Amino acid sequence: MSRKLFLAWLQLSRERARLLVALAGIAFAVVLMFMQLGFQAALYESATRIHQSLNADAVLIHPRSRALISMNNFSRRRLYQALSVQGVDAVIPMYVGLGTWKSSESQRDRAILVLGIDPTKISLHIPEINQYRDRIKLEDIAILDRVSRPEFQPFVREVARGEVVKPEVNNRRIKVVGLFTVGSSFGSDALLITSDVSFLRLFKSREPGEINVGLIKVKPDVNIPNIVVNLKKMLPQDVNVLTHDEFVEFEKNYWSKNTAIGFVFTLGTIMGFIVGSVIVYQVLYTNVSDHLAEYATLKAMGYRDKYLLRMVFQEALILAALGYIPGFAVSLGLYDLTKKATSLPTAMDFSRGLWVLALTILMCFISGAIAVRKLRAADPADIF
Amino acid sequence: MSQPPIVIIQHLNYYFGEGGLKRQILFDINLEIYPGEILIMMGPSGSGKTTLLTLIGGLRSLQEGSLKVFDRELRGASKEQLVEIRRNIGYIFQAHNLLRFLTAWENVQTALELHPDVAVEDYRTKAESMLKTVGLEQRIDYYPENLSGGQKQKVAIARALVSHPKLVLADEPTAALDSKSGRDVVGLMQQLAREQGCSILVVTHDNRILDIADRLIHMEDGQLALNSSISDPEA
Ligand SMILES: Nc1ncnc2c1ncn2[C@@H]1O[C@H](COP(=O)(O)OP(=O)(O)OP(=O)(O)O)[C@@H](O)[C@H]1O
Ligand SMILES: [Mg+2]
Repeated sequence: MSRKLFLAWLQLSRERARLLVALAGIAFAVVLMFMQLGFQAALYESATRIHQSLNADAVLIHPRSRALISMNNFSRRRLYQALSVQGVDAVIPMYVGLGTWKSSESQRDRAILVLGIDPTKISLHIPEINQYRDRIKLEDIAILDRVSRPEFQPFVREVARGEVVKPEVNNRRIKVVGLFTVGSSFGSDALLITSDVSFLRLFKSREPGEINVGLIKVKPDVNIPNIVVNLKKMLPQDVNVLTHDEFVEFEKNYWSKNTAIGFVFTLGTIMGFIVGSVIVYQVLYTNVSDHLAEYATLKAMGYRDKYLLRMVFQEALILAALGYIPGFAVSLGLYDLTKKATSLPTAMDFSRGLWVLALTILMCFISGAIAVRKLRAADPADIF
Repeated sequence: MSQPPIVIIQHLNYYFGEGGLKRQILFDINLEIYPGEILIMMGPSGSGKTTLLTLIGGLRSLQEGSLKVFDRELRGASKEQLVEIRRNIGYIFQAHNLLRFLTAWENVQTALELHPDVAVEDYRTKAESMLKTVGLEQRIDYYPENLSGGQKQKVAIARALVSHPKLVLADEPTAALDSKSGRDVVGLMQQLAREQGCSILVVTHDNRILDIADRLIHMEDGQLALNSSISDPEA
């Protein structure tokens, strides 16, 4: 029962109220960081949902296309040319466009992303979509993403009840007959899928021979990178050949590099870090200055500066660990709430958990390092 | 005194300030402290008593002259050597200077942890029996804020003496106490000094405690008075 005193803990725990305030502050900073990083990851995740479920091993796009909401057209002939490359099994064209959704005069227009797919083929690995392939063969028939923005939820509920919703898309009345689940992105309010034929009726300026995404399937047991190399060699410079993964990256890149969104979330994370650092610094600094005479006494008795330094850093570490736990728990709850409220797929993942823990510890150590400078003021010669 | 002194001070001068502000505080101090003796130093305020005490305690660096504690020269001693010497000195301050976030026995234990030769499993028992010796066996788990001034000073004495230092430095240990607690505290210091055979140097203004001294010295304007060896203050 006799052991060395854990001075750091004894000092922190002696003042309960101060400790609780400190932990609340650190937990707040942790939550802030988790939310920023979570939003960022969820944005990338939701922005690439469609890409991830494409039934393709390689993808053709126009070199100037930047993201799904900003796709240039290229000639469908390029896609059929790809068929001549050894190992290519099938190709599927796909049309992508941004349209406006109007449901009644009173409501304002909403930007929606429209995919035009060939209903005779499987373009997306989403069973719900494929089950509607026959029905969307009919003209002006479409299906709607169930997890579109909240403004669309009344329509989603209607369709779910078996009713047919008839909005105007690009000033043309269509019928929404079914639902599927992909998940909204930040770029559009909703996602609508129609047949290629219906798509061309909605986007009147578009030519059938001008597509946006070319899906390429290769034969089983064929080396995909090799085929991509061959496709690049064979096709002219007016199209880009990407592997499936590269196409997912392409979309992420757009959001992280070409918009301020990635920057904003990084800034938010840094803000959380700074807020946390200031709070921890405040607590450690007050702790040190309140106990200056006691530190000086310990020095006079023969404790080394090193020992006292370690004590302050131990306090920093304790604060980091104890503040992280409630911060983590609250973040889990908020992720859940965000997912329900916004249909953004915010979720905790292991590496982010570790990353924020590392940031929290770093935050406490930096504050500790600044606060220990005050320790020098503890002069044992002054306490007599 | 047959045994060699544990503190030998020769021609010690000390200055505060730099350049034009430099002011000499201690002038040609010569002093020896023998094992087991209780030495009381008196003198007017500002005469340099505390300064001398902190020099002996290794809390300030020496400037001129020689100061040996436990046969080790403090002049030019490294920081590490000073720390080593401090660990073998017990300090009792005017303000008790207990750690507020530690209980009585925990405060006493802080002194024990500095001594590698004390086994970890003995910390608690040693601390408790020391508190018992100073009459605080009922207050072992009390925090300083719940102790009276006299009790706090007794905890400080327990902390200073628990590791059996050969030298104890006390600066006005009774100044913050009423006369009865003051008496108690010095009585205790005297008793423990006898039991452990340690030397105590006490700086005080308190005439009521002079009777515990084996020797009385006077500081005046930074100089030790020549009649400093009078051993009977009552005379
Ligand atoms: N850190 C310092 N810097 C400059 N001057 C100091 C410092 N500490 C003490 N002095 C001066 O040195 C002189 C001696 O101070 P010291 O504290 O040793 O006196 P003292 O005899 O202990 O007095 P008291 O009885 O009031 O405690 C005083 O004039 C004081 O103003
Ligand atoms: Mg003094």
